[in-house]
Amino acid sequence: MFDYTFQWKQALARLPKMLDGAVITMEVAIISMLLGILFAILLTMFRQTKSRPLNAIATTWIEIARNTPALFQIYMAHFGVASFGIHFSPFTSLLIGITFNNAGYLAENFRGALKAIPDTQARAGQSLGMSPVQSFRYIVLPQMLRISFLPMTNQMVWAILMTSLGVTVGMNSDLYGVTQDLNALTFRTFELFAIAGVIFYIITKVITLSARLIAARLFRY
Amino acid sequence: MFDTALSANDLVFLAKGAGITIVVTAISVVIGTILGIIFGVIRVQLGAVLSAPLTLFLDIFRSVPLLIQLVLANAFVGMVLQLQLSGFFVACMVLSLYTSAYCAEIVRGGIDAVPTVTRRAARSLGMSWGQDMRYIVMPLATRVALPSWIGLALGVMKDSALVYVVQVTELLKSTQILITRLQEPLFLLLICGAFYFIISFPLARFGGYLEKRWSND
Amino acid sequence: MIEIQNVRKSFGQLEVLKGIDLNVEKGEVVTVIGGSGSGKSTLLTCINGLEPIVSGKILVDGTEVHAKSTDLNKLRQKIGIVFQQFNAFPHLTVMENVTLAPRKVLGMGKAEAEAIAEKHLNHVGLGDKLGTYPTRLSGGQQQRMAIARALAMSPDYMLFDEVTSALDPQLVGEVLETLKMLAEEGMTMILVTHEMSFARDVSDRVAFFHKGIMAEIGTPAELFENPQHPETQSFLASVR
Repeated sequence: MFDYTFQWKQALARLPKMLDGAVITMEVAIISMLLGILFAILLTMFRQTKSRPLNAIATTWIEIARNTPALFQIYMAHFGVASFGIHFSPFTSLLIGITFNNAGYLAENFRGALKAIPDTQARAGQSLGMSPVQSFRYIVLPQMLRISFLPMTNQMVWAILMTSLGVTVGMNSDLYGVTQDLNALTFRTFELFAIAGVIFYIITKVITLSARLIAARLFRY
Repeated sequence: MFDTALSANDLVFLAKGAGITIVVTAISVVIGTILGIIFGVIRVQLGAVLSAPLTLFLDIFRSVPLLIQLVLANAFVGMVLQLQLSGFFVACMVLSLYTSAYCAEIVRGGIDAVPTVTRRAARSLGMSWGQDMRYIVMPLATRVALPSWIGLALGVMKDSALVYVVQVTELLKSTQILITRLQEPLFLLLICGAFYFIISFPLARFGGYLEKRWSND
Repeated sequence: MIEIQNVRKSFGQLEVLKGIDLNVEKGEVVTVIGGSGSGKSTLLTCINGLEPIVSGKILVDGTEVHAKSTDLNKLRQKIGIVFQQFNAFPHLTVMENVTLAPRKVLGMGKAEAEAIAEKHLNHVGLGDKLGTYPTRLSGGQQQRMAIARALAMSPDYMLFDEVTSALDPQLVGEVLETLKMLAEEGMTMILVTHEMSFARDVSDRVAFFHKGIMAEIGTPAELFENPQHPETQSFLASVR
């Protein structure tokens, strides 16, 4: 039954190239995460305002991000906007797609976190003589961060996993793209992708474990 | 934009893709949920230490890109085992396990949310483990788990867009094929996105509503 | 008859029962008092087999609770227990809470189970709450419902584990009244409680537990008026 002979050595010889790809993958994930947090804060603020257009922008963004496939969002960033004569590189398209997705999910989490903190907290801060900004900064924000920390970790893991979708818009420098190119050269599909899988697994584990350590340090109450 | 080359035949083609998306999702969610309940209950019953191997195994499905899971499964079945299984079968198999890994977490969370003292009360009335599970734990855990489960099912539908990699032409792949032919990416993508949105949005809202309602009492 | 013979019980390193001997006769009411961590609550959960024991024996009507061959589900039908924490089944109405076990465990028909449930719920003063969900009940009402739920299995013995400890002070009385009523009707009961005057009123015997040992046992008059053990004396002085 097992006619197939595994050739791990041949595949493992390509490990350095794959690790280079892993660095790009991390890069995309981290940048998209930082940008995603920024946009998510912006969207959360939009939603808090009374302005209808700002509300509409935020709601549309969040609902599309949460209710369509991430791959669709990346296609939109690459093929969709091409209809307007805008042509992004695969790297940029992937980054835009994942950032869009991150921002949508995170904004929803931030809103939930904001809701979970009773108004009395902010008022208690102000009753101690703090300005609204101070009371938000020192009382509300730290509690929000605690509530949002786990969802943010999960989103970071998602961002890592989503980088694999870049290949569909022609990305070939990230871990998945590199693996796919190597596969085209060597046809050691199983070995190569198994190694890529292990690398992904290790990356996500490192992220979740270090997040847990950080959380234990940050949130002692 | 309304001056399109899209024909009725193309629309049928897209609808077929949408049908595949729904069928793959439905099969995977059903099988994945059944497996997930079994895995979740096993994890609770055995405790963290004894169920560690199972936890580790399921963790793989949540830590490796689905695309890689599909490629690996396909390569393993086709190249290593040399079985002639359809891409559709492989897609459902992988997505079912993928679903079960997330579902097991949800089930575990639901069971853990039932207070020990409530379960003790049931056992102290002479109920067996099975009766406790059936009449006390299941109804209570379902309340906790249902909103997350709806989210999971919708997530699986969206993630099913990746099964193109094992040659299953679902909705997004159908769209892409038409894009290549008609060169109207924005219009076609909007149709495709609208389809996902129309299914996902109301259900997601319903899940959010349930969560809000049930967390209030 | 409940026979407790040299029972030892540990949670990890911590030994919470260090060789308890106690017999409770049919129709007797025994209250157990003592400080927190004295092991008194643990004893109750051991009697109906919710907790395993390290050594010793507990016999209920001659059946060894912790023997492998014992059908615990069957045995527990004889022994009702009510806990300190409210443990209503929140997804079921008051009526359904009480009828669930008779129907599913005893295989009773719906009408019969409801008749019995109604009788017990009337008895504990909840006859007007049959269709209500437990979340709408006060703590005292929830505890009385839990008592009715246990009684609906027609148990021969009832165990009460600090059933008034989690209640607001003004709700304690109604639950104690219910317990007193049961005692007067001749139910065999073991109660763990902090309510000293109640213990004095209803008990045939009172046991004082200290650090996993039954330091002293006697009639209420003996134990409250003339305690022998120095720990009993200091405990009673502290709660007075």
